[in-house]
Amino acid sequence: MRFPKPTKLRTLSQIVFFFLFLFLLLRTEFRGSLTASASEIRLPYPVSLFFQFDPLVAISNALSSHALYRGLLWSMVVLIPTMFLGRFFCGWICPLGSIHHFFSSFISERKRGKQLIDSNRYKRWQTTKYYLLIASLVAAVFGTGIVGWLDPFSLLVRSVGLSILPATNHALRASLGVLEHSRYPFVQTVSGALHFILGALLLSFKQPHFRLGIWLGLIFVFLVALNFRITRFWCRALCPLGALLGIVSRWSVLGLVKNPEHCNDCNRCLLRCQGGDDPIGGVPWHQPECHLCLNCVDECPEHGLRFQFFPGQKAVGVNLQRRKVLTGLAAGVAVVPLARSTSGFATERHERLLRPPGALDEEYFLARCIRCGECMKVCPNNALHPAFSEAGIEGLWTPVLVPRIGYCETSCVLCSQVCPTGAIWEITEREKGWSVDVARADKPIRLGTAFYDRGRCLPWAMATECIVCEEWCPTSPKAIYLQPVEMIDATGNSKQVKQPYLDPSHCVGCGACEYACPVQDRPAVYVTSVGESRSRTNQILLNRRKG
Amino acid sequence: MQSDSIHLSRRDALVKLLRVAGAGAGAAGLGLWLSKHSWRPEPALAMAAKRGHTIATDPKLPEMAVITGDDPAQLTRQAIEELGGIRRFIARGDIVLVKPNIGWDRTPEQAANTNPDVVAEVIRQCSNAGAKRVIVTDVSCNDPRRCFQRSGIAEAARLAGAEVVLPDPAMFKDVDLQGEILRVWPVLDLFLNADKIINVPIAKHHSLTGTTLGMKNWYGMLGGPRHLLHQRIHESLVDLADFVRPTLTIVDCYRILARNGPTGGNLQDVILKKTLVAGTDPVALDAYVAKAYWNLEVSSLPYLKMAANRGLGTYEFEKVRTQIKTL
Repeated sequence: MRFPKPTKLRTLSQIVFFFLFLFLLLRTEFRGSLTASASEIRLPYPVSLFFQFDPLVAISNALSSHALYRGLLWSMVVLIPTMFLGRFFCGWICPLGSIHHFFSSFISERKRGKQLIDSNRYKRWQTTKYYLLIASLVAAVFGTGIVGWLDPFSLLVRSVGLSILPATNHALRASLGVLEHSRYPFVQTVSGALHFILGALLLSFKQPHFRLGIWLGLIFVFLVALNFRITRFWCRALCPLGALLGIVSRWSVLGLVKNPEHCNDCNRCLLRCQGGDDPIGGVPWHQPECHLCLNCVDECPEHGLRFQFFPGQKAVGVNLQRRKVLTGLAAGVAVVPLARSTSGFATERHERLLRPPGALDEEYFLARCIRCGECMKVCPNNALHPAFSEAGIEGLWTPVLVPRIGYCETSCVLCSQVCPTGAIWEITEREKGWSVDVARADKPIRLGTAFYDRGRCLPWAMATECIVCEEWCPTSPKAIYLQPVEMIDATGNSKQVKQPYLDPSHCVGCGACEYACPVQDRPAVYVTSVGESRSRTNQILLNRRKG
Repeated sequence: MQSDSIHLSRRDALVKLLRVAGAGAGAAGLGLWLSKHSWRPEPALAMAAKRGHTIATDPKLPEMAVITGDDPAQLTRQAIEELGGIRRFIARGDIVLVKPNIGWDRTPEQAANTNPDVVAEVIRQCSNAGAKRVIVTDVSCNDPRRCFQRSGIAEAARLAGAEVVLPDPAMFKDVDLQGEILRVWPVLDLFLNADKIINVPIAKHHSLTGTTLGMKNWYGMLGGPRHLLHQRIHESLVDLADFVRPTLTIVDCYRILARNGPTGGNLQDVILKKTLVAGTDPVALDAYVAKAYWNLEVSSLPYLKMAANRGLGTYEFEKVRTQIKTL
């Protein structure tokens, strides 16, 4: 039996892991079951699995929280083999790397022949990623999870989950809609079948919309488009996980052996080089840049290249400039104090900074949250959105609840199930405490408190019956109570309406009232973060509980 | 010096001219045609889909059955039996829509949704009567995936052999409800295509009308901004009830949500009554249950009188032929 070519195996591995990733991302959604009525709902798949195998997330989590959250120990499965083998993860497993690999393989006007070969030589700017890594890990020491802005899985889940997939869903539904309304029964039948198949594989239960979605999508498209200029620019220059794996592969025992007698300087090894690590003869090999894609070995017509354990040839390690390292250190030191010196972090918290249920107090939350968007993707009510300014610059893309778009479902704890870092600590329905008498519950999780805008509320301002907020209020006893009053309407007639009031001892800040309020553009009842149970200081009442 | 000009034969020149002229004429024609089709966009005409699902009254049979007992499924069977048996309501080949209340993300014990055992038994009865399709659906308030699953109705209905349909935005059609205040509203199309409709609400407390019973259950066929309906709830209820006119109504009073409705959540709000109230007169049913469990008079529920005036039934439930039975 002939053993398949190693590059073929690599492609197979890339495809398998890419589709595994895509599958898990698509299943980061509660799809409902018609065959089970389990009252405690959890996702059937470990959808944030890839984060558990991400050593960058683990190290950041360890530096900022001095512990490793649930499952992050698995990242050793990637980190330790990398010490022996090098960056095989980048070339064989990473789904973002595979996307870049795929788009790099197209020959463009600027990337052909001699230009292509030149563009694949090692470049000084490839060290940028190390400085980014240093800055973000130093920042992590100061207690922030901003490494997630650049972590490849965070980037991928955030971009694809919050922008590319919703856009795909929109396009597919629109096309299916046109086909299903066709006047020809045959087309209707075919599109019905197509709808069924796509519904099972790809379509969301309902069309999600995310704040900033377009920007997340454009950033992703831009990064992918860079591949048409420079092969895997992201992986070579920016990816902090690649940098981390590059640094630990310093001690790798597997290496490239160049046989100078066989090399006739044809440069063909550079044609499909992914990492830009100089496999050509005459110059040293840049070990930390190599993705172990094995294209060079495959390409060499003289069979002058091979990978072997203990290669016995000198290779270049991570070659950093002292000044830039110091700049990276300084940037990492400065970012957290600077971001938190503004009033927004401490004394003037944004009133709409509503965090998901289970979220830790802001300081601990920002330390752990890697802005990956898993919680936003999974939220069945599309209630969680990436923050733009609510949480300050540091909190960019962290989750905020936007009740007007979706409220927090009473018995749902899915965001806490998928959070890979414990920024949203895993909770149960019981711990959330909304299905019992809230005022008597042990410690219900409160996201904030609802307030009335009586100038817009129908029974208050327009002598009109309504009470939808009270109807929707999920706690029992309800946090919204009604008082009947006689009002005089515009024609002078006396009329009885029920005016709503809020009882803070029962309000959990879920936002159902704001969501359901019929005053469509700016609701007459709204939730602000004051009274959130995660904070000791952001409170109104001395004692919020009854009795 | 060689000239840049190229020789053009008369034939080539003609062909070239014809080509340009053809393209020009095509563009002008298309433009003319399009310019005649310029209309101010208007929403598609709503369909008038009003359709009765009622069956003929039979003076020998009771119009209302109040059955009390331990097993919800048995109560359902008995209630239908008292009213003349399922074959009186369902004919072979009918498409039957069963409309429980699946509005909230609650478990059966919390009594915010219809009892799944009742729903399942209704489905089995319809299938036994030879219904072609039995469909169970509702336009939930909370996330429908959670409501259908946690209410236990999805599972029970599927096991009983029904099609369980979670509404999709594409499944709503603009319909002229021809009501006094409700005109064009998006209605779930399953309600438009059914031959028979069985309303299976649960009796719950509601702050605006005192209780939410059978007629309020029709909110669950609408899409759109239905939170506006509360502003004139009595007129809305009557308009909806006038539009649907069910074949049969079974009010689930096995567990009733006595307080903090319609969402509840607290088991202390639930009272076990172990009763089903079924019948063909939706107005009498609502009047009876409101009086029996909330002690509400007809005078405090204006929609009942309005409905009676519209010819939807009678609020004088005492005058309705009633069969009361305890199993």
